[in-house]
Amino acid sequence: MPRKILTVDDSRTMRDMVSYTLKGAGFEVLEAEDGLKALGILANHRVDLIITDINMPNMDGVTLVKRVRAGGPHVSTPILILTTESGDDRKASGKAAGATGWIVKPFAPEKLLSVVNKVCPA
Amino acid sequence: MSTPTFGSDELAQFRRTFFEECTELLADLEERLGALVVSSSDVESLNAIFRAVHSVKAGAGAFGYTVLVGFAHRFEALLDRLRDGKAELDERTLVSLVAAADVFSALVDLARQGEVPADDFGADVAEELAILLGSETAPRPAARSPGSAAEELPASKEKTYRIIFRPNAELFRRANEPLYLLRELKTLGALAVDCDLSRLPSFETFNADDSYLGWTMTLRSDCSPDAIAEVFEFVDNECVLTIAEADATEAKPDEAAPAIAASSKPTIVAPSSPSESKPAESKSAGKTGSISSIRVDLYRVDRLVNMVGELVIAQAMLAQQFIESRDHDDPAANQGFEHLAGLTRELQECVMAIRMQPVKSVFSRMPRLVRDVGHKTGKDVRLEMAGEQTEVDKTVIEELADPLTHMIRNAVDHGIEDAEVRLAAGKPAEGVIRLSAQHAGSNILIHVEDDGAGLDRDRLLAKATEKGIVSANVKLSGEEIDELIFAPGFSTAAAVTDVSGRGVGMDVVRRNVQALGGRVQVTSTAGKGTRFTLVIPLTLAVLDGMVVAVGWEKYILPLTSIVESFRPGRGQIRVIPGGGEVVSIRGEFVRLIHLARVFGVSEAVTDPCEGLVVLIELANGSKLGVVVDELIGQQQVVIKSLQDNYDPVPGISGATILGNGRVALIVDIEELTRLYDRNVRIADATTRPMAANA
Amino acid sequence: MAESQDLPSIGPNSGPDIAAALTRQFISFRVGDDEFAIDIMAVREIKGWTETTVLPNQQDYMLGVLNLRGTIVPIFDLRCRFGLGLTTATRSHVVIIVAISGRLLGLLVDAVSDILTVNAADIRPVPDVDQPIDNAFLAGIIPVGDGMVVLLSLENLFANHGPANTAVAA
Repeated sequence: MPRKILTVDDSRTMRDMVSYTLKGAGFEVLEAEDGLKALGILANHRVDLIITDINMPNMDGVTLVKRVRAGGPHVSTPILILTTESGDDRKASGKAAGATGWIVKPFAPEKLLSVVNKVCPA
Repeated sequence: MSTPTFGSDELAQFRRTFFEECTELLADLEERLGALVVSSSDVESLNAIFRAVHSVKAGAGAFGYTVLVGFAHRFEALLDRLRDGKAELDERTLVSLVAAADVFSALVDLARQGEVPADDFGADVAEELAILLGSETAPRPAARSPGSAAEELPASKEKTYRIIFRPNAELFRRANEPLYLLRELKTLGALAVDCDLSRLPSFETFNADDSYLGWTMTLRSDCSPDAIAEVFEFVDNECVLTIAEADATEAKPDEAAPAIAASSKPTIVAPSSPSESKPAESKSAGKTGSISSIRVDLYRVDRLVNMVGELVIAQAMLAQQFIESRDHDDPAANQGFEHLAGLTRELQECVMAIRMQPVKSVFSRMPRLVRDVGHKTGKDVRLEMAGEQTEVDKTVIEELADPLTHMIRNAVDHGIEDAEVRLAAGKPAEGVIRLSAQHAGSNILIHVEDDGAGLDRDRLLAKATEKGIVSANVKLSGEEIDELIFAPGFSTAAAVTDVSGRGVGMDVVRRNVQALGGRVQVTSTAGKGTRFTLVIPLTLAVLDGMVVAVGWEKYILPLTSIVESFRPGRGQIRVIPGGGEVVSIRGEFVRLIHLARVFGVSEAVTDPCEGLVVLIELANGSKLGVVVDELIGQQQVVIKSLQDNYDPVPGISGATILGNGRVALIVDIEELTRLYDRNVRIADATTRPMAANA
Repeated sequence: MAESQDLPSIGPNSGPDIAAALTRQFISFRVGDDEFAIDIMAVREIKGWTETTVLPNQQDYMLGVLNLRGTIVPIFDLRCRFGLGLTTATRSHVVIIVAISGRLLGLLVDAVSDILTVNAADIRPVPDVDQPIDNAFLAGIIPVGDGMVVLLSLENLFANHGPANTAVAA
């Protein structure tokens, strides 16, 4: 069974890029455009990894991480946050909320895959 | 900064998506920015603006638009401080935000066009942002990309490292897995692992969620210490980690190699690692993703619209052939044809609905415009909007932007009076402009209303006379004078202002709206204000039409303009001096226009009492009786452009293909009077002086 | 069309490819007693005459529009365009559909005669003589056997039909 990844980003461009890269590497990808929608998907799907943006409407990434870590089937699912290079403090807040690691935007496809494999190897 | 290495096709596709998204984000940004008020703390709007800038920045980074990224960074930083309450939204800041949005949007446009902005592009605005940000948030040097150091360092000879890794108890809570790290470390070189079990508690106090193990490792590798640190990047703050270069003699690689097997030791604790749990997997069975929308290339939608258009025509042609065939009274076949017609119609409606979008995307630009123009003219103006969610065809939306911008600008510049004048007239100093949209049948109705002084009819008339648009001795009604602002070459600006004096008048607005198959009318009350009404078809692709016969030709009249049709009695028709004809209907006298004469069709009915009069209401509310031979029937027609292959034909707004495969022309009813005056009246009465508007 | 006019210079080793590039193909047709030709690259299709839908208040030679598989195509009477009177079109008349500057239009002619393959060097300039047809329409003369075929410049023929409309209506 292919590993299943949920990518959460309000930017279609980013979702497309993440999704395209992951699908090309054989992952199954689910997409959500904000934290709230992500929780909805997580309620119905078991995923192996969550990749989330931080700045999103309705529910931001940090809150999403906190909610996922608060309990439920994904309490110990790896979560990667997408952050810009300037976002050191965001890395920290994401990490504090319970994120497993981060990916710096913009990312090369290879870098994304290597980070994904780091926290969630086949 | 890492550069994406997607294929060029994918990159082009992502880029398209990115710019599509930019358009949406910038529209949202404009709208939110327009709603900001000085010294308010509208955190929600600031958040939304921040997100828009941030999203564009992220995408721009992916495509290497570095100038855009750099500007976005400052813009974002200021927004960040504002939303955190660390900076105050004063007048100066607001003006800067607006200016920044302009530069930002221009940079996106340049990127879209594949142009590289000049080095000093928007430098003044960037400078102002930097000043507002103060020195503490001066652009920091780009953070070193992790791992890049390792790649940049020249390959050095093999070294031996001693690594001590002792995770904190809560390591698993963030789904970090030491086993993965050890495996990753193994990819760097020869690894010997020694597991430290000293912290393992007694079984009674063992907590499966906690991490108790520690590792001491020996790695023989030619990598840099940074590369090793990178492996532990995500757990940096959740462990005790030491990486030290060991004395070369201390390392015993021959022993280290078999010791790799020791790395299997941590698997002892693996069952306690929740990431390995499987039981919940069955829950997801059967359910699919909750994706509720997809994005489709506009080209594909257009093709679909065209194909369905062709299908509608083919269906109509087939139906007509059937009616003319011998089997036309076969009930089963008749039923089949009716069903087919119904399905085709429904299919067409569904396809048209795909292209529908809320007018919000255009409306959202207006608050900003009102503020800008208000600022320039020194007027205090509030914009009220309603019906932003009203949907209309995407192409119509695009074409709405110019006319609306022009009318709103006019309303602020000319409609709303200066504050002193308003106060003197007993009005509040702040002017109000209302922009609203609603559906009305197959049209969208857009009102642009101001509570200003209303049109100055004396000045309009004087100006029109001076410009030779009307002759001095012609008597015009108040409404006719108001209509003059749409006359070609007529500019309402008393003085050429920075805002409106660009040689573009309301005639352009009317032309634009007419090109959309719509109409625009104005009503005005002195001292109370002016109201423009735009009536525009929801779609440019189909039209509800009435097919009429004139001689051998068939024409389509837009159904929405038709009030009724009737065959007048002799007593209803009056010939008026000057050669015109009127028909009297319910006490109202309506001017008659023979379509055959306007279009030069021979062998048509010349006596209205033998043909039919189609009563039409024009955009300005006046009525017109169009004389035709007979009505053929009502039909939804697919609009085809004549101008793809030919020039505009006065009086004809487009064409369609009828069931018999022949082309029928769609009549531009707004042009009829003008054409009639030009082509017919002049020819009829060559001895009379020319009409004023010839 | 444009590419066929950019003739390559003849080098010392001109092979068959270059020779082919130097020949151009034309469709020749008849209007009255005269033979005309147009560049074959401009021709999209040839069809029999069918009734058009007349556009109001146009020049005489503008015969109206046809439905060409969903596209509305204007049709022009070449005879009339040359000032030689309207053609009484029948089913035996032919409409040549051509593409000029991105637009499609149809030319009503009496009959299509031939496809001519002509050495570009054999196309002669138009002599400056008095004739009913405006010189601007003529791009050259192609000698065929004893006679000649007049090569038409489609761009010049229909470059100005737009403004002409308004002149008539005003």
